[in-house]
Amino acid sequence: MPARLKLFLPLALFALLALFLFRGLSLDPRELPSALIDRPLPEFSLPRLGEEQRVSRADVTGRAALLNVWATWCVSCRVEHPFLRQLAERGVPIYGVNYKDDDVAAQRWLDELGDPYLLNIADRQGSFGLDLGVYGAPETYLVDAGGVIRYRHVGVVDERVWQDTLQPLYEELAAAEERR
Amino acid sequence: MNLLRLPVCLLALLFAASVSAVIETYEFSSPELEQRYQDLSGELRCPKCQNQNIADSNAPIAKDLRKLLYQQLEEGASDAEIRDYMVARYGEFVRYRPSFSGATIILWLAPALLLLAAAMIVVAVLRGRAGRGGPELSAEEQRRLQELVTRAETEENAERHS
Repeated sequence: MPARLKLFLPLALFALLALFLFRGLSLDPRELPSALIDRPLPEFSLPRLGEEQRVSRADVTGRAALLNVWATWCVSCRVEHPFLRQLAERGVPIYGVNYKDDDVAAQRWLDELGDPYLLNIADRQGSFGLDLGVYGAPETYLVDAGGVIRYRHVGVVDERVWQDTLQPLYEELAAAEERR
Repeated sequence: MNLLRLPVCLLALLFAASVSAVIETYEFSSPELEQRYQDLSGELRCPKCQNQNIADSNAPIAKDLRKLLYQQLEEGASDAEIRDYMVARYGEFVRYRPSFSGATIILWLAPALLLLAAAMIVVAVLRGRAGRGGPELSAEEQRRLQELVTRAETEENAERHS
C-alpha cells in the first residue's frame, strides 16, 4: 500500500465506526424480535373472560387475526383501546388476552369503554403470556389462518403502526386465505 | 474512632442498593438448588428492563421469571432445560452468556480476532522499523557526504602536522 494512502487509514476507520454508531442511534433497543415469529401459537386452555367456559388455541385460530395482550392496570392499553374499536368496526378480527388482571375490573373496562374483542382469554396468572414471550402490555400479535404467529408489535397500536406495518401484513395473510 | 466509622458506613452504602433490589425470598429444599437459583437468575436477562438480570430487576416480568425459575428448579429441571425454556420464549436475548452458535458466534470470536489483528499490526510495525535504519540517501547526497568526510579528514591532517 502506498505510504500516502496509509495516512488515510485512521480516517477510514473513524468513518466506519461513525457509521456503525450513527446506525445505533436510530435503533430502538426495546424492539426485540419475538422468538415466536413463524412458530405456531402456543397451546393453552384458559377460561373465557366473564364465563366459566374454557377456550383453547382452536377457538382463536382459523383466520388471520390480531391477538391483543391487554390489562386494566396498563395505562397505554387505555390509549390504544379506541383504535382497537375502530379496527373492529372495520372488520378486523381481534382476540384479547387479558393479561394478569382482575376479571371484574376487566369486565367493567369492556362495559364502559366498549368491547372490540371477539373473545377474551382470561390469563390471570400470566402463564399464556409467558408462553407467548410477553414482557409487558400492550403487545399485539398477528396470527395467520393456520395459527402461526407472523408478527409482534410491542406497544400501542395506532393508525400509524397499523398503516405502516400491521395492515400490509394482515391484508397479505387475508388475501392468501381467500385464495385457498 | 468516629472518623474511621464514617468512611466505612459510606462504603457499606455502596453495596446496599444491590442487596435490597430483590424483594421476595424462596425457601429451597436444598442449598445446592439455592446456589443454582442464584447463578441462573444472575445469568438470565430481564426482557423488559434490558440492562439488568432477573435477580436485580423489580419489573413484574422479572418477578414472574424468578418465580418460574424457582418452580422449575424445585421440579428438578436441569440448567440446560431452564435456559432452553427461556430462550424458546424470549429469544437468545435473555441470556447474558449466549450459546456458542449461529448469530452469537461473532460475539464469542470477536475479542480473540481483534487481539490477533492487533498483535499482527504490532509485529508488522516492529519488523518495518527494524528493517530500515533511517531514510536512504540519494546519489547526490552520498556524494556530498563523501565530500564532507574527505574535507574533515584533510583538515584534521593539516592540524596535526602544523
